[in-house]
Amino acid sequence: MATTTLPPGANIVIDDRGSGSPPKITPRPGHVTASGSHAEKSETGVWIAVAAISMFFAAFTSSMIVRQGVTPDWLHFQLPRVMYLSTLVLLASSYTLELARRRFATASVATDATSAAAKSLVSNGMYWMYVTGALGLLFVLGQLLAWHNLRAQGLYLATNPSSSFFYVFTATHGIHLLGGVCGVFYVLTRLRKTNGVARQSGFGAFSIYWHFMDILWVYLLLLLVSRF
Amino acid sequence: MHDVSSDPAVHHHTAPTGFLRKWVFSLDHKVIGKQYFALALVSVFIGMVLSWLMRLHLAWPAWPIPLVDKLSAVGAPAGVMTPEYYLSLLTMHGTIMVFFVLTNAPFAAFGNYFLPIQIGAEDMAFPRFNMMSFWTTFVAWLFMMAAFFVADGPPISGWTAYAPLSAVGGDAGPGLAMGQNLWAISIAVFCIASLLGALNFISTTLDLRTKGMSLARMPFCSWAWFVTSVIALLAFAVLLPACILLILDRTAGTSFFIPGGLVLSDKLQPHSGGSPLLWQHLFWFFGHPEVYIAILPSIGIVATILPVFARKPLLGPRAVIGSMIAIGFLSYMVWGHHMFVSGMNPFSADLFSVPTLIITIPATILTLLLIGTVYGAKMRFTSAALFCLGFISVFISGGISGFFLAQPSLDTILHATYFVVAHFHFVMAVASIFGVFAGTYFWFPKMTGRMMNETMGKWHFWLTFIGVYMIFMPMHYLGLAGNVRRYSAFVDDYAISLIPVHKFITIAALLTGAAQLIFLFNLIWSRFRGAVASENPWEATSLEWSTSSPPPFDNFGGRHMVVYNGPNEYGIDGPQDYIMQTSPEKAPSR
Repeated sequence: MATTTLPPGANIVIDDRGSGSPPKITPRPGHVTASGSHAEKSETGVWIAVAAISMFFAAFTSSMIVRQGVTPDWLHFQLPRVMYLSTLVLLASSYTLELARRRFATASVATDATSAAAKSLVSNGMYWMYVTGALGLLFVLGQLLAWHNLRAQGLYLATNPSSSFFYVFTATHGIHLLGGVCGVFYVLTRLRKTNGVARQSGFGAFSIYWHFMDILWVYLLLLLVSRF
Repeated sequence: MHDVSSDPAVHHHTAPTGFLRKWVFSLDHKVIGKQYFALALVSVFIGMVLSWLMRLHLAWPAWPIPLVDKLSAVGAPAGVMTPEYYLSLLTMHGTIMVFFVLTNAPFAAFGNYFLPIQIGAEDMAFPRFNMMSFWTTFVAWLFMMAAFFVADGPPISGWTAYAPLSAVGGDAGPGLAMGQNLWAISIAVFCIASLLGALNFISTTLDLRTKGMSLARMPFCSWAWFVTSVIALLAFAVLLPACILLILDRTAGTSFFIPGGLVLSDKLQPHSGGSPLLWQHLFWFFGHPEVYIAILPSIGIVATILPVFARKPLLGPRAVIGSMIAIGFLSYMVWGHHMFVSGMNPFSADLFSVPTLIITIPATILTLLLIGTVYGAKMRFTSAALFCLGFISVFISGGISGFFLAQPSLDTILHATYFVVAHFHFVMAVASIFGVFAGTYFWFPKMTGRMMNETMGKWHFWLTFIGVYMIFMPMHYLGLAGNVRRYSAFVDDYAISLIPVHKFITIAALLTGAAQLIFLFNLIWSRFRGAVASENPWEATSLEWSTSSPPPFDNFGGRHMVVYNGPNEYGIDGPQDYIMQTSPEKAPSR
C-alpha cells in the first residue's frame, strides 16, 4: 500500500480509471480533473444503451413468437420488395461510416493536426458522415414506402397480428435510427468545435450505435422473412 | 496516465447561480437526488392515505369516510366507496408505492446523491441525462396523478394491470377508459426515465471511480446501486415494449393481449386471438426484478450503515457483494412464480419454483452475514442503527413466508389471500422503507449539514417497528384462514368472523401512519433547528465523510480524492478505531 502524502493544494495529474493499484502521482502544473474524457464516457454509455435496446427488441420479438404460437390466426404476407433495397442502403451506410472513421483515424495520428493534409482528411471524413446520415434517411424513406405498399394491400396496424408486429418493429427501429441521424448532426457540430479531433466528438460512440442499428435491422428482417 | 487538462471536451464545474439552474433544472446530482427524495416523500404520503381509506372501508364497510366523496362523487357517493372505487385506490396505492416510492427513494434518490461522492467523482457521467431522468419521472408522476381527476377515475386493474381487463377499455368498468390510458402512458414514461437513470449509474460506476477506488473498494451501497442499475436497465427495457403493446391494444384496435369473443357491457369486443398470459409474462419479467430494484439498495444501505454503528467490519464483504450479484442474476429466472395460478403449464411452475428456492440461498447468506456483523458488537443504538436492525427483522419475517409461496402446491392455495399481501409488504415494502429510514437518519447530516433529532427518531422507530408487525403479522393468519385479497369488504360471507382482525389491522395502520408524522416533523424541524453536523459525525470510512456537510458543488472542493483502503476498516486497535478510505494509513491484516 502506498503511503505517499501530498502537500496541501498540490497540483497532481492522475489516471482516473479505478484499478486498485497503488496510486501513481506526478506533480505537474496546470488544472487537473478526476473525471474521464468525454469520448470514453460516451462509448460506455452507448454500450449500455445497446444492451437496453437489445432487451427492448428481444421483448418485442419474443412477444411475436408467443403470439404467433398462441392462436392460429397468423396472416402470412409477402414482405414489400423495397425492404430488401433499403436494407442494402442501410448496409452501405455502415460502409460509408467506416470510410469516415478511417479518415479521422489517419488525421488523428498526423504529426501536425493543423496541416492542410490533416484538415482535408477531416473534411473528407465529414463528407462521408453526411453521406451516412443521408443513407439513413433514405432507409427510413424505404420503410415508409414499405408501409405504403402494405396499406395498398389492405394491411393496417390492426388487421392481423402479423401486420401489427410488422408496423411495431419497423416503427420502433425507425425511431431509433432517426435518433442516429440526429447523432450525425451532433457529431458534426462537435467535430467543428474540436477542430476535427474525432476522439472528443463522440464519433466512437456514434459509430457503435449506428452499426448496432444495422445489425438490429438485419436481425429483425431475418425474423420477418422467416415468420411471414 | 493521461492529462486531460487541455481537453476542451472536459466540462468544468462551476456552481450555477440562477434559481432555475440551481434548484429546478439542476445538473447537480445532489440536487437531483434531493428532488427524487422529495417526490418519493410526497408520493409515500399519498400512497399511505390511500391505504388508510382502504383499511377503513375493509373494517367498517358501511361507514362514510369524510372527504372521499370530494375525491370522487361517483366512486364514493356520500363517502361510502363502491367496490370498484376500492379497486381504483388499490391500483393507485400499489402503483404509486412501487414505482414512485420504492424505486425512487432507495435507488434514485440516495443513489443519485451518494454514488458519485462515494466513488470520488464530481458528478454523474451524464449530468444532462440525469436532469432529464428526474423531470421525465416527474412527468410520469403527473400523468399518474391526473388519473384521480379524469371523469371515470383511476383504473381498477391493479398495479400489475392484468390483461384483458387493462386492455379492453371503458366497457369493462370504471377507470378503464382514460384512467387506464393515463396509467399506461405514465408507466411507459417512467420506463424511459428509469432507463436514462440506470444508464447514468452504470457509466458513472464504470468510468468515474477515482484513483485507487477499485470495484472491490466500493462501499456496499454503491455496489448495490450498481447491481440495481444493471437490473433496472434490463427490466425497464422489457416493461416499455409491454406498455407500448398495451397502449396499441387500447387505442389502435390491435389484439396482442385480448382474446376473441369477449362480450363486455353487452358489446362484443372487436378483438381476437390475443394472449392475456403474454402480458403477465412480459409484466412479471419486469416485475420480479423490480422487487429487487426495491430491496437491493436497502440491503446495500444496511450493509454500509450497520458496521458503522456496530464498530465492527461487515462480515464476509465479498460474500455480501457476491450474494447481491447472484440475487440480481437469479431475479431474471423466477418471474413465473407470480403466475402459478395464471393457467400457465403446471410443468413450467416447477421450472420457476426451483430457481425461486435457490434465491433463498444468497438471501440467507446476506441475512446471516448482517446478523454475524452485529454478533458480539458494542452497538451504538442510534436511530439509523435501530432501523438497520429492524430491516433485518422484517426482511426475515417476510422472507420466511417466501419459502412457502415458492412452492406451487402451497401457492395455489395461498396466492389469492392475505398471506401474499403480508409476504410482499414485509419483504419488499417495509424492508425497503426501513432501509430508506436508516439511510435518511444516517445521511441527513451530510445532505443538510444538520443532525436529525435522535429522541424523535427513536420514537419513530419503535412505533413504526411495532406498528408494522401489528399490521402485517395478522395478515398471515387471515390468509391461512382463507381470507381472499382484492375484495373491498367481507360482509355476510364466510370471512365475517375475521372482521375483528381486520379492525385490529386498520387501527394499527392508522396509528403506524400517524407515527410517520413524527418523521416528517423531524425532517423539517432538524433541517432548520438540528444540531450542526461535523464532517464525519458517525465516524464512518467512506468518501462522503471526507468532505464537508453538505458537500460543496463539486463534492470535494477541487480536491481529487485518492483511495487507499476498503470501506470496511472498523474495529481497529488504536486511538481511532477506524481508517478512512482516503487515509494513507495501512490497514492491519486481519
